Amino acid sequence: MTTNQEEVKLLGATGSPFVCRVQIALKLKEIEYKFVEENLVNKSELLLKYNPIYKKVPVFVHNDKPIIESLVILEYIDEIWKQNPILPSDPYQRSLARFWSKFIDDKIVLASSKSVFTIDEKEREKHIEESTEALQILENELKGKFFGGEEINFVDIAAVFIAFWIPLVQDIADLQLFTDEKFPKLYNWSQEFLNHPVVKQNLPPRDPLFAFFKARYDGLLAASK
Amino acid sequence: MADQVTLLDFWPSPFGMRIRIALAEKGIKYEYKEEDLRNKSPLLLQMNPVHKKIPVLIHNSKPICESLIAVQYIDEVWNDKSPLLPSDPYQKSQARFWADYVDKKIYEVGRKLWTKKGEEQEAAKKEFIEAIKLLEQELGDKTYFGGDKLGFVDVALIPFYTWFKGYETFGNFNVEKESPKFIAWAKRCIQIESVSKSLPDQDKVYDFIVEIRKKIGVE
Repeated sequence: MTTNQEEVKLLGATGSPFVCRVQIALKLKEIEYKFVEENLVNKSELLLKYNPIYKKVPVFVHNDKPIIESLVILEYIDEIWKQNPILPSDPYQRSLARFWSKFIDDKIVLASSKSVFTIDEKEREKHIEESTEALQILENELKGKFFGGEEINFVDIAAVFIAFWIPLVQDIADLQLFTDEKFPKLYNWSQEFLNHPVVKQNLPPRDPLFAFFKARYDGLLAASK
Repeated sequence: MADQVTLLDFWPSPFGMRIRIALAEKGIKYEYKEEDLRNKSPLLLQMNPVHKKIPVLIHNSKPICESLIAVQYIDEVWNDKSPLLPSDPYQKSQARFWADYVDKKIYEVGRKLWTKKGEEQEAAKKEFIEAIKLLEQELGDKTYFGGDKLGFVDVALIPFYTWFKGYETFGNFNVEKESPKFIAWAKRCIQIESVSKSLPDQDKVYDFIVEIRKKIGVE
């Protein structure tokens, strides 16, 4: 439990799935923190100071010490605040949780985004194929209500991108990438996850985010003509 | 029950080397299995069905895939000697960050140095040198990234040193000229027994790169 709100800061941007991961973890552990909304087009000096290498959000700052990369931040949070653990204590189970979170980052996040935000038809098909394959692997892996079993864990939190962002962006391109017909277990998981009391209150408002991505998509289409 | 440890590997893989070093640091006896990547064994396909890649660490029949995840696993299970990750959570987070940086910048970019040409290669060279310099900066005055002894980032990074002859020859540059402190660090690392006995000879790796370039048609 934090005693002073100023000790814990999160530099983020509403709408970022990576920032959302950190917010969910902090909320799950009931950690009070100060959220600093960053303008990603006009990055603050603070952001550039704390993350000179990638200049990205999220940046988690604990007692003036910055930590970057969302999954690294999640591990740190879990180590410092032991209540409601998000990683298993058994080393083998931990290695599996790390494996699947990395899988989501490496195989699903980029490929699914590119399934929408790519103009070239052939390229887009390739990304759709990759995403579908990866989602199928995850579908096969899901055994219980959540990846963490009865409660949400590290992998579920990492997968917030799938639950909230993929359905949003696929609507823009009228793509049927992630549906309950194709991935019944994963789709079910996404509904349970989005309705989880902690997750629900940490999702960004859908409409402005949709408008933001639609503008990007329209811009892409216009530029290609 | 005696621990059964097997490593499915491929001798020039820097990712495999990471696990070899970690196992050696901890003094763990294991069975090394060389995989033919053109003819992957049923064991490999069974143990890593998702990626079908090496390295795979198998501990008492349970597979751990992805080299950095395997090294962390080794550190957590065999926690009685030679800790690789710092105990302080903040220092640990920094070690994890830099190991991830190595994956993003050294491996991905390094690959372009011997597979690409022209502008793409030049851009990769610039990025690579920048990354080495940043790592050098992070090392600072420390003997190793882990401080006085080998740590997680050292283990993550040193295997790529065996690929430098290839990077330098095909990228046409010299790492020592650009970052003498970095090379000094690398040379210190290979003095350590667990490292030297886990890494193949640079010339052997170079010959391997030459062969692949021919196979994939880079001229």
